[in-house]
Amino acid sequence: MSALRTSLSRHWYAWAMVVPVTLVLGVLVLYPLVRGVYISFTDLDESNQRTEICTKTLGGDETCEPNPDRYTFIGLDNYVNIVTGDEFWLLFTNTLVWTVSCVTFHFVIGMGLAVLLNREIRGRSIYRMLLIVPWAVPAFVSAFAWKFMFNEQNGLFNAALTAIGLEPVSWFADRWTSMLTAILTNVWLGVPFMMIALLGGLQSISNDLYEAAELDGAGAWQRFRNVTLPGLQPVSMTVVLLGTIWTFNMFPIIYLVTDGQPAGQTEILVTGAFKAAFEGIRDYSEAAAYGVLILSMLVVFASIYRRVLRRQGEVW
Amino acid sequence: MRRALTALAATTSLAVALSACGGDDTSGSNDQASNPEDVSGELTFWDTSDATNEAPAFKELIKRFEGEYPDVDVTLQSVPFAEAQNKFKTAAEADEGAPDILRAEVAWVPEFASLGYLYALDGTAALEDADDFFETPMSSNEFDGKTYGVPQVTDSLALLYNKQLFEKAGINEPPTTWDEVASAADQLEKVGADGIYLNPAGYFLLPFMYGEGGDLVDTDAQEIVVNSDANVAGVSTAVELIENGAAPKPPANDAYASMMTSFTEGKVGMIINGPWEVANIGNAADFGGLDNLGIAPVPGGSEAAGAPVGGHNYVVYSGMDESKADAALAFVQFMSSAESQAFLAEELGLLPTRTSAYEIDSVASNPVVSAFKPVVDAAVARPWIPEGGQFFAPLDQMAVETMVQGAAPKAALDKVATTYKSDVVPDYSTN
Repeated sequence: MSALRTSLSRHWYAWAMVVPVTLVLGVLVLYPLVRGVYISFTDLDESNQRTEICTKTLGGDETCEPNPDRYTFIGLDNYVNIVTGDEFWLLFTNTLVWTVSCVTFHFVIGMGLAVLLNREIRGRSIYRMLLIVPWAVPAFVSAFAWKFMFNEQNGLFNAALTAIGLEPVSWFADRWTSMLTAILTNVWLGVPFMMIALLGGLQSISNDLYEAAELDGAGAWQRFRNVTLPGLQPVSMTVVLLGTIWTFNMFPIIYLVTDGQPAGQTEILVTGAFKAAFEGIRDYSEAAAYGVLILSMLVVFASIYRRVLRRQGEVW
Repeated sequence: MRRALTALAATTSLAVALSACGGDDTSGSNDQASNPEDVSGELTFWDTSDATNEAPAFKELIKRFEGEYPDVDVTLQSVPFAEAQNKFKTAAEADEGAPDILRAEVAWVPEFASLGYLYALDGTAALEDADDFFETPMSSNEFDGKTYGVPQVTDSLALLYNKQLFEKAGINEPPTTWDEVASAADQLEKVGADGIYLNPAGYFLLPFMYGEGGDLVDTDAQEIVVNSDANVAGVSTAVELIENGAAPKPPANDAYASMMTSFTEGKVGMIINGPWEVANIGNAADFGGLDNLGIAPVPGGSEAAGAPVGGHNYVVYSGMDESKADAALAFVQFMSSAESQAFLAEELGLLPTRTSAYEIDSVASNPVVSAFKPVVDAAVARPWIPEGGQFFAPLDQMAVETMVQGAAPKAALDKVATTYKSDVVPDYSTN
């Protein structure tokens, strides 16, 4: 007790400094989080959220009656319903396919471009600038542009296929071709970030290492394998983690490009949660349960990832 | 310290001002405004009509209204129809950003009313001429014994066809059954056009279901009948038209837009659509104007020919400040008057909802209106229950599964019935 008092009297300014941040975080992060978790244990939806139902007549009186079916605490029912239903597993598989393929392509293509741009070539700064364009364009603009290119009747891709004598493809009629359209869009959008991050990483690798390797007779591939990759490890670990979390929760691309078509088969977890919360009967509790599940998956992923890194001796 | 005091003073005066607003009495809104110049207020109106083809006519009407009521200022905000239902619910729930007046689709009104988002209009000037309105559109505004809206337009689905293409293919009469549609499609194919473009969406499949005597739910018996044999037969008819090549295979995404592009470019001879597209078709560069547009009742199945009743109503958001009541009522009354409806009919081919409007010459002689009138008279009423707006998301999914992906109609409709039972109308029985 006295220790606390000493600490308070000696470091009061430190505590005072921390208070605003704590308050802001509490209001912006903690409260919504706790509230979201609580809602996921209820059966809250748009029709049972009010304490009373009011009928107002314009220019007249207002009558209010207590709501007979107010929402109640239902424990784990939402989670049980979600996990035992088919839809969740469809969304879950889609999310995995979506995240793994997007992050892989982002990383591999971003790395390739970064290595290309890291050497002296003519017009390097122009290339660098052009390659950032996808990042600079608002995501919804690119999403619509890609969607139009995949339009089955008037789109660029089908026109090109027909021009070289192939059959046009019904892109959005099949789960996997529809998913492909979204993945291609997102790859185009996400590569610049990876490229810039990795380019920064490449530039921090000392040239001496490459010279020494060359003197030892290492070929291009060996230099890449044994100097570039290890040198990039700290950066790549961070960007892969970030990329995974972003892609996992990437809402606009799926929503705008495929809109879940065909028949909801390309919906991922976040778009599924959005549909539960904001379309049809607005089932807030189900959406909250989806949110908690998504959060838990990402927490589990991040902690495993961290443990693996630590085992490899990475301080993070 | 001084700054703190100033801030305190400012906050206090703000609080006083706010409480003064809140305490403002609403007694003034009860007596009807006799003089348009005494009515004042600022109103926002969410217009869900097509922003390029239809909204200009509504803007013109608003201009006329503002001329008559100089102190009322109406702001029209175009909200895409597909988003409006959700957007309004979000805004109304948050009590922020909702419009004072909304153009609501007929099925939305009972839903919004059940959630307490709308003012009942009973006994107000807006419903003065309630008897003049057609019964079916009017009935869509009723919920729990009160009336929550005023009909703006009524509509239904019809068979729209390209007269030039029909002539070229040697088709003299528009088809009246789906079989005739198939043979008309064969003839159209010979002149290089597709037969009929079917939009894979729930609403657009209703004529096929009604044609076999089916429906979505039976509100009297409280029963889900969406997976009845009649509906299976109806959906199968649509699927067969696609499989036989009478209809091109629609895409799963943006099919509606593709349908309209194909039709206005003359690549397809027939579509099933409503009067709301008439202005768009008439304006399309390659179509050949309204003279080239044929309108006929939807083809029938083995039982009957029928299309769903659609349309839109003016509703007033319950969060609107009561001090604007007079302005809002005047606006709704003006917009739904026979003259305004006649103006919309003339400009856009939209169908008036009141008897007296049809007596106005410009309406009586309007070819689009007279073509659609029998269609609307024969239209099948939809169940006006709060859940009515929720029937279509599962139905749209079923439409894509059967018409695009080739799933069996029976299984897809059974899935819809399961969703209705679990999510939409849990109290109803299934068959």
